[in-house]
Amino acid sequence: MIESLNPLLASALAAAIPLMLAALGELVAERAGVLNLGLEGMMLVGALAAFVAVTHGGGLPGAVIAALLAGALFALIFGFVTLTLQANQVAAGLSLTILGTGLSAFLGRQYVGYRAPDSFAELPIPYLSELPLLGPSLFSMSALGYATLALLGIISWFLYRSRAGLILRCVGESPSVARSLGLPVMAVRYGAVAFGGAMAGLAGCYYAVAQFKMWQEGLTSGNGWIALALVVFATWRPARVGLGALLFGGVSALGLYLQAINVHVSVFALSSLPYLATIIVLVAISSDQNAIRRNAPASLGKPFHAGG
Amino acid sequence: MMRSPLRLVPRAAPSQSMLVLAPLLAVALTLLVGLIIFAALGHNPLVAFRVFFIDPVSDINGISELLLKASPLCLIALGLAIGFRANIWNIGAEGQMYLGGIFATGLAIWFHREDNAGGLWWLLPAMIVAGALGGAAWAGITAFLRAHLRTNEILVSLMLTYVADMLVKYLVYGPWQDPQSNNFPFTVSFNDDALFPVLAIWEGLGLDSLMEGTRLNLSILLTIIAVPLAWLFMNRSFLGFQLAVAGQAPAAARYAGFSEKKLVWVALLISGAAAGLAGATEVAGPMGQLNDRWTPGYGFTAIIVASLGRLHAFGIVLAALLMALLYLGGESAQIALQLPKAMSLVFQGMLLMFLLGCDVLVNYRVERRRPLHAAADPATTAPTAEAA
Repeated sequence: MIESLNPLLASALAAAIPLMLAALGELVAERAGVLNLGLEGMMLVGALAAFVAVTHGGGLPGAVIAALLAGALFALIFGFVTLTLQANQVAAGLSLTILGTGLSAFLGRQYVGYRAPDSFAELPIPYLSELPLLGPSLFSMSALGYATLALLGIISWFLYRSRAGLILRCVGESPSVARSLGLPVMAVRYGAVAFGGAMAGLAGCYYAVAQFKMWQEGLTSGNGWIALALVVFATWRPARVGLGALLFGGVSALGLYLQAINVHVSVFALSSLPYLATIIVLVAISSDQNAIRRNAPASLGKPFHAGG
Repeated sequence: MMRSPLRLVPRAAPSQSMLVLAPLLAVALTLLVGLIIFAALGHNPLVAFRVFFIDPVSDINGISELLLKASPLCLIALGLAIGFRANIWNIGAEGQMYLGGIFATGLAIWFHREDNAGGLWWLLPAMIVAGALGGAAWAGITAFLRAHLRTNEILVSLMLTYVADMLVKYLVYGPWQDPQSNNFPFTVSFNDDALFPVLAIWEGLGLDSLMEGTRLNLSILLTIIAVPLAWLFMNRSFLGFQLAVAGQAPAAARYAGFSEKKLVWVALLISGAAAGLAGATEVAGPMGQLNDRWTPGYGFTAIIVASLGRLHAFGIVLAALLMALLYLGGESAQIALQLPKAMSLVFQGMLLMFLLGCDVLVNYRVERRRPLHAAADPATTAPTAEAA
């Protein structure tokens, strides 16, 4: 019985990794007070960049670097428009998603239908991967999977234990106080936006080079939006992003699993499970408005004009 | 950090001229970058420009196609603008449009006759109402969750769009599939009494010979009626005023005792109904059936239309025409220059991004920074604005 759950757990974890990457990046940006709804677009741009890099012989390191750079640079368009030009962050994020969807479809058309020549393989850790229950899933991930778990720890440490993290949170709570303390509000926010873009790019890289091993228009199928919901669900705390991602990964995996064992439920009903789960989870978390108010960065989404 | 030679100085009041100029500037910048992209792809920019923006509307058929696309865009954007004015971000109009299409199709299939001799005069009006109800019901889920449980309407409305897409697929691959479709995902073609008449208007105007063979149908009348109605609602009604106050000064709206719950319901139900209506006009218009890829993302494009039109009814008409031209241009460039269709989406994204950037000129003046030694550091004297 336990063995039959192995594929389920493994695919839950596989679905959770990109969600975790994108949501962690968004969490850092939001902790600095910037709400970037462009995750889906940045992920697509990152996915295409990674696929192009790997197709032209850049190898896996090339794919990762391309995805990080493409995601960060693309996010800086949003950064310039919202931070320097003071545009509405909701609208700018939406337009980043539209632009990213269009741009990746436009530039990626000659890559449709090819297989990635190189992809992230599973690297089982000796002995640990033979542990019952979690062993075959948790300790047989790809390098990108292990890196994601490491990033989860690093980002937690950064936000709560480092001076730079304190500065970032201060900027997110009150940019005017941060400014009067002489902190570089703009630089911190630009940095956080670029970091969020790089992480979203990496999530895209995971889809293109680890999970699907190909490029296709709209490859990320709404997962950028699910990652956004995850940040709210996690009430802006990294460890909870990890848990939430596993939960969502589990729901997507369950859909695939039920299809695989021929349960008589429509494929389309199963495919809509992750989206319905997102709504249910959002409803559950919004029943505790105090938790949201206590944890949401106070300046989230509000433009800040430093006057200089 | 390096100091830029320019700085932004907040204006005392938003510049009225910039409110009009910023969208024009954004269109100009989008065109400029578009021409550069065409040139970079090895096309003569002027030829590409003609193919994209002039050829599609150079004959009466093109104009008809333009109006056919602008009409649903305009309808959806009018509804969205009402919510956006109140900072209620319904971005799931695409899904609400699907539901409108589904509801209208349901009736069309229910009363479908193989011999196409139904002649039911009330069927089309019923489908129109059903479409609006379907869209409103789908948006109602978001409204309920936002108004009573304070769940984020952006994410919920978007998630419901993915669910609606699955619902359409389920229907056209399953119970509603045309038995003679050889397993292709579409329904039967609607009977004549379930379709918007195509030529009827032109006969009255003596234009029928001119409009022969075009696809423009009576549904455009719905949009023509909706524009002044939306203007009246937004600019002349108390509810429209309440929505605008809630968007610009939420604290004032609360103090005045405007019910936030009511405004959320109103904004979402209206925008949902408008999107549903657009869905009905599509399935009972150019599509003539329901299939799994019947919209080119009108629900999302309408977000851009609403912004570009400045959330103003008449501005939205112009923006819808422009955005429809981008769709047609994309198709024309695909045929004539083998450019991918996604080009239209790139143009749309650029246009909105440029518009948001140009909007800085509405609330700020750009000034050359004085040399640091000439006066006290302007940063310490300029007022610090932290907009809500």
